[in-house]
Order: sequence, then C-alpha cells, then structure tokens
Amino acid sequence: MLGSAVIVFRETLEAALIIGIVAVATRNLRHRNLWLAGGMVAGVLGSLLVALFTGRIAELAEGVGQELFNAGILVLAAAMLAWHNIWMARHGMQLAREAKQLGADVSSGHREMSALALVVGLAILREGSETALFLYGMLSSGNESTASVLGGGALGLALGCAAGVALYAGVLRVPARYFFSATSWLVLLLAAAMASQAARFLVQADLLPSLASPLWNTSWLLDNDSLPGRLLHALAGYDAMPSGIQVVFYIATLALILTGMRLVRLRPRLPAIA
Amino acid sequence: MHKVLIALLAAASLSAWAADNEFAITIREHRFEPAELRVPANKKIKLVVHNQDSTPEEFESHELNREKVIAPGAKANIFVGPLKPGRYPFYGEFNEKTARGVLIAE
Repeated sequence: MLGSAVIVFRETLEAALIIGIVAVATRNLRHRNLWLAGGMVAGVLGSLLVALFTGRIAELAEGVGQELFNAGILVLAAAMLAWHNIWMARHGMQLAREAKQLGADVSSGHREMSALALVVGLAILREGSETALFLYGMLSSGNESTASVLGGGALGLALGCAAGVALYAGVLRVPARYFFSATSWLVLLLAAAMASQAARFLVQADLLPSLASPLWNTSWLLDNDSLPGRLLHALAGYDAMPSGIQVVFYIATLALILTGMRLVRLRPRLPAIA
Repeated sequence: MHKVLIALLAAASLSAWAADNEFAITIREHRFEPAELRVPANKKIKLVVHNQDSTPEEFESHELNREKVIAPGAKANIFVGPLKPGRYPFYGEFNEKTARGVLIAE
C-alpha cells in the first residue's frame, strides 16, 4: 500500500504542480475550467494509450523512441508556455489598460487557453503513463491485494493533487501588484525546466553531447530524491547533478523567452480606436 | 576495391567497439543481474538491459543521469559515460526495494 502511495504521489506531484501553475496563469480566461478539465481527461486517456504501447514506442528510432517521445512532449509543452508568457506580456497590460479590448480578445483568449490545456494534457501524459505501468506491474505481480495497491494509488493521487491545489491557492494570495510578474516567473521557470529535461533525454538517446557530466554535484545540499528536491525539480528544473547541455538549454530558454517578452512590449501598438 | 576494404575495416572496428564497450544487465524477479558491474572509466559504454520479468521496470540513476522504462521482455540500450572512476548506483523505480545495482567505473 505504502509503495504504491509513494510512487503515485511522486508521479502525480509533478503534473499537479504544472496544472496548478497553468490554472493560476489562466484564471482570467473564459471557460478556463472546461479547457483544463478537457486537457486532464485527454491526458489520462493518452497516458493509458502510451502505457499500452510502451514497448512499441521504445523500439522506434533504433531503440531511442522513448527518449525522442519524452523530449518531444517536453519541447512542445515548453513552447506553449513560452508562447503564453509572450502573449501575456503583450496582452496582459493591454487588457488592463483598455477595458474595451476585452471583447475583441476572446478569440485569441481561446487560442491561448487551448495551448495551455495542451500543456496540462502533456504533463499528465508523461507522468500518467509511468504511473499506469507501475500500477499494472504491482497488480499483476500479485504480491499485494488489488484493494491495497489501488488504495495506496488513490492516497498518492490525493496527496499529489493537494500539493497542486496548495500551490494554486498560495499563488492566488500574492498581492495583485506582484501577481502578474509572479505568474510569469513561474511559467518561465517551468518552461526552462522542461527544456533542460528534454536535453537530458536527448543526451540519453546519444543525440546530444552531455558537455560535462555532471557539471556540478549539489546532492550534499539538496538531494534529487528529497521532497524539497522533487518540488524544486518540478517547479524550476532543479537537478543535483545536471549535465552541461542541460544548463545550456535551461539558460537559453530563459533568455529566449525573456527576449521575446521584452520585444513585444517594446513594439509600438496601434492606437486604440474607441 | 579500396572502398570495400574501408567498409570492411569500419565494420570490424564497429563490432570491436560493440564488444568492448557493451555490457549486459538482466532484470529477473525484480533484481538486477549482475548487481555489481565493473566497467571501464573515461569511455562511453552501452548498457543493454534485458527485462525478463512479466512486468515493466524503470531503470533509474541520478548518478548516471538516466531514466528509462523497460517493457516486459524488452531490451533497452542505455548509453552512459565517459565516467570518472567511482561508484554509480542505479535502481528499478517500480521495485525499489529489491532492484538495486551499482556500476563501478575503474
């Protein structure tokens, strides 16, 4: 029971924190809850499919299908988050300044919401497929009763979701003045974290050089396996022993998104026609 | 003629590479075999992990910076290194209690 609770909690934690951040970042968009729920359902169904075809996926691309698949998911999710931050840099202030524009922005709000619902779906896809495989293994090995495995799984799921909800509630309490920048920092770090994880999978597939492995080792300070280590890993991509290329991807992603945000802010806007 | 010779030499060196730097690990009853594996340091090596169980396993190691799900009955190739001399523990995330092993680079 405890075993399945721990593993399901670990896998759920990362996805739940990502969903918490997405929920915060989209709190003013129309039909948010519907979009988020849609992303979650699609993610769960998708993860069952991925779990079912694990062997097939792994065999693709001369044995590195799994790495390419994971890296692809991470890059896509990071790109959606980057786009969100750049979109918000442009429209967030505009929305605040020109209340009249709100009506005209509904369609781009939909596009925005679908991009972030995709991030939710992808997060669940990645973590969910591993959870499904693990639970399947536990159930078919028959060492524990079905009720015990599923009970533990439910407990882990509940704890992981609670962490996501706590993050969501916590960020919502940030004073309005700082809220906008707090949200964009969370999204920014999340995108960089995903890019660095993608780099790790590409090194594992032997498609990228590691540059230095590891570049540093801070296990003595904060271990990857500890709860704070896992939280920081999920939120900001913490890795106690990162390879050089991971750090390169991390910093490059930060720089690219920050530059994009700055550029759209600088770009002169058409005067609002009342 | 030359081209054939070069191709043959290349093939020979490739297979030599494979033989020298390939190491097999088997997963059976949620345990790694061998649980302790000596590998050359400062060289890129290839681990071929064969999961002979009927359940999936996830090969994971923070020290090696690797994580890979291995389907029941499947073989997974995992490239690691070049490693500095030292001990690099790895484990099976789905059966953490029993599935434990260590690479010793020397």
